[in-house]
Amino acid sequence: MSFLVTCPNCGPREVGEFHYQGEVTTRPKEPESFRELTTYLYFRRNVAGVQREWWYHRFGCEAWFLAERDTRTNEVLSTELPRPATDEGAPGMAGGAQAPAPSVPEPPSV
Amino acid sequence: MRLPPQPRERIDREAKVVFFFDGEPVDAFEGDTIGSALFASGRRVFSRSFKYHRPRGLVCCSGHCPNCMMQVDGAPNVRVCAEPVRSGMRVTPQNVRGSLERDAMAVTDKCGGPFTPVGFYYRTMIRPRRLWPLYEKFLRSAAGLGKVDKHAVRERRYDTEHRRVETLVIGGGRAGPAAAREAAARGEDVVLVDEGPDHVRPRGDEPFEIVAPARAIGVYEGGLVPVDAGRTLYRFRAERIVVATGATEQPLVFPGNDLVGIMLPGGVHRLVNLWSLRPGERAVVIAADERALSVVSELERAGTEVAEVVDLRETRVRQILGRGKRGVLRAVELDGRPVECDLLVASGGRQPAYSLLSQAGARVEYDPARGIFVPTDPPENVEAVGSVTGAVGPATVPAATYDGAGAKDKCFVCICEDVTDKDVKRAIREGFDSIELAKRYTTVTMGPCQGKLCHLQSIRLYARENETDEATIGTTTARPPWASVELGLLAGRPHEPAMRTSLHHRHKDLGAKMMWTGAWRRPHSYGGDPGEEAQAVHRSLGVIDVSTLGKLIVRGPEAATFLERIYPNRFGEMKEGRIRYAVLGTDGGRIMDDGTVARLGDEEYYVTTTSTGAEGVVEWFEWWNAVWHLDVEIANVTGAIAAVNVAGPNSRALMGKLTDLDVSNESFTYLDAKRAPIAGVPALTLRIGFVGELGYEIHFPSPYGDYLLDAILEAGAEWDVKPFGLEPQRILRLEKMHILIGQDTDSESNALEASMPWIVKWDKGDFVGKWSLEQVQERGFRSQLVGFELANGRLPLEGGQIVEDGRSIGRVTSARWSAELGKGIGMGWVPPDLAEDGAEIQIRIDGNDEPARVRLRPFFDPDGGHLRS
Repeated sequence: MSFLVTCPNCGPREVGEFHYQGEVTTRPKEPESFRELTTYLYFRRNVAGVQREWWYHRFGCEAWFLAERDTRTNEVLSTELPRPATDEGAPGMAGGAQAPAPSVPEPPSV
Repeated sequence: MRLPPQPRERIDREAKVVFFFDGEPVDAFEGDTIGSALFASGRRVFSRSFKYHRPRGLVCCSGHCPNCMMQVDGAPNVRVCAEPVRSGMRVTPQNVRGSLERDAMAVTDKCGGPFTPVGFYYRTMIRPRRLWPLYEKFLRSAAGLGKVDKHAVRERRYDTEHRRVETLVIGGGRAGPAAAREAAARGEDVVLVDEGPDHVRPRGDEPFEIVAPARAIGVYEGGLVPVDAGRTLYRFRAERIVVATGATEQPLVFPGNDLVGIMLPGGVHRLVNLWSLRPGERAVVIAADERALSVVSELERAGTEVAEVVDLRETRVRQILGRGKRGVLRAVELDGRPVECDLLVASGGRQPAYSLLSQAGARVEYDPARGIFVPTDPPENVEAVGSVTGAVGPATVPAATYDGAGAKDKCFVCICEDVTDKDVKRAIREGFDSIELAKRYTTVTMGPCQGKLCHLQSIRLYARENETDEATIGTTTARPPWASVELGLLAGRPHEPAMRTSLHHRHKDLGAKMMWTGAWRRPHSYGGDPGEEAQAVHRSLGVIDVSTLGKLIVRGPEAATFLERIYPNRFGEMKEGRIRYAVLGTDGGRIMDDGTVARLGDEEYYVTTTSTGAEGVVEWFEWWNAVWHLDVEIANVTGAIAAVNVAGPNSRALMGKLTDLDVSNESFTYLDAKRAPIAGVPALTLRIGFVGELGYEIHFPSPYGDYLLDAILEAGAEWDVKPFGLEPQRILRLEKMHILIGQDTDSESNALEASMPWIVKWDKGDFVGKWSLEQVQERGFRSQLVGFELANGRLPLEGGQIVEDGRSIGRVTSARWSAELGKGIGMGWVPPDLAEDGAEIQIRIDGNDEPARVRLRPFFDPDGGHLRS
């Protein structure tokens, strides 16, 4: 890993300055089921392609921001500071855009 | 013996240098390499080969091949042909038992054949199985090249430098500097990297910067090019990369092709031109292209008799055979016709050195007409110029081998790893039909030259033996590093970040034994018995530096809302000047950190974290608020604020002496936070009790550290105040069953099972971790954190097992001897059915199961009378 990430505050910097926090997930407001909760907590879509993800400029301005990165090439297509959530009543990790929930295969019936 | 001065010679005949080879002084000139100086002194054998310990001599004189690797000033595997001489340096041969001339291990060449085929250590040496320890011992000592001094100390300093440049040119032959000049003329900022020694030198009159001698060791993601410049690793980030790495002369494969005296044309060229040396007395030249043939005139200039020149483009040769004595060339047989000589200059043409281009993303294709692999389609910002593009001039395609029939001597495809044509054929017979697999099995191209001198030949041989063509066989993936790199260079300068509190030097004055906690340096204890230091707190008065605690200010109109959402605790209704213990958890309900939260004002809270948790907690707070966008500011003031905890029955009396504040129990009660000067220092004092006795945690500006500690020690002298360290604090907190995050909990622990259900306020709104904790509540506990008392005096190790019928059912997380209680105490995780006060458990200590009793309430002062007194 040696690509550059463009911090919205500081501009292009070595990836080593940043902390990667994984793909953007959507926190359910009131999980209906244990499955829904664990899907949010532990399952990721893990796409081979463009994904929205969280980055933190740890050795820089210490700002959290969202990036669109192609996981196949590590090309960072865009970065932006998170916008206020549309629904301020509920804590969520979605940032601006709502990521679709990962599709999780049903466990085999035994 | 040197030739008369040559026009391009590198040596300064006025400047003599003396170094030591195997303890003997060797004369050299400034500008010599160790290799050229040794050659001048008459040395021809430079090393013993990897497996068969065959004598080997100079081949390429450019630092590519493995033949001249020696130990230089303790460093193994130095290519002496390219290493400049320095006065007094100590050079010794390596991979030798005895001397270079007589190496006891050479026996493997004579009779090791049947036992040492490729992959022998997987098959010859595994049976009988009971002999493996013996084999292993032998193999371990025989394997590898060079010796690393296990007791060596770091004596060189390596640095890493990050550089940005518009155009980076790699290679200083003909095409590289031309491209660099062109780019510079366009006004670009250009750096040229060259490995030397015979190319461009920093002259100062070029319109670009030259980094030499230095090697680009790879092209990584994002156009990152690490450049090995000896003691400095440059990490170049270039907008455009121009690769001008040229082409590498390829040896011919024939029996005896590794004899001392068989060289590549480039090696001969450098010996004559740079160091004014006569490469041999009588030479045979076998060449496939014009450039290699040009060596003939150089040989004649050097006074070497050229006995025969074979131009492979005109003459068809079936068999070449090197004949030698003691590993040194005596004659060459060409189709059975012997020609006496001590030098054979042989080359099968040049292969573009495309590795860096391939790493950058270019494709590599075989050109059957020229018999070479050629890079194509480099990515947008990468350009190839010069011979590396395949512009190596017309040449004939040499045969895969010139082995003839019935030749006795070995025929090396790879001189680094001593792989012969027989080994390759055997690998094919055994079914290794893919070049990538065969590479790993035979280790061809995996030696020190990294395929520079064996890659093409091995593919040719592979194609012939598989009755197919080179294009079908294809090439192996080119990976960094392109050349050998010292590990020290990759490791860089040693950084060991250490954080010290502002009281650090006073601890030293007081005789503290320091220890690491994360990056912090903290007193373990003050030289004596930690148990005794703990007792001083119980008896009278102690003071501990707690400046390492993370300290945050959370301020803003929505500060209360923020904290209520991020912690399971409640803070909104908390009164100003009150303190609450708080446990921070993830959304999965797992404990992350703990500390105290003090409300300083309507919109202001003072949050403490664990000593190593401050940065992580700030990141965590900021992350959630990046989404919530609550009107709150989070400031990390850990470094700005120092803190000491004065604890013990006499701490109130001491505080009375140091401040005008009313410190009576009625006005400054347990869990109160008050702002007032202490010994004249502006301070925030928290009345909390991590160590179980009446105590005050004084937070104050860092620069007053020494001063305030001195004031406390002076004022507390009448109560015999004692500083105490981290170890006594651990005893004291264990007596109170106060948990240590990361010690008593791990990444699976939640607040409920860690026996702190009172932390979690179910009746408030959503908070981080709420749903997961609800799930824990619903499914029931799987294990629970409890205290235990040991019946006997013996202590388990932390991490030890709690057992039932010899089966592990839980684990010990903390255990200490409490002098105050006169017994061994601890904490650990047990199944929920044993989480009852008085339950009997067994703990394994030194193989014995020792009885212990579960305790759910603090061992010391369970009702908190001391804290509240």
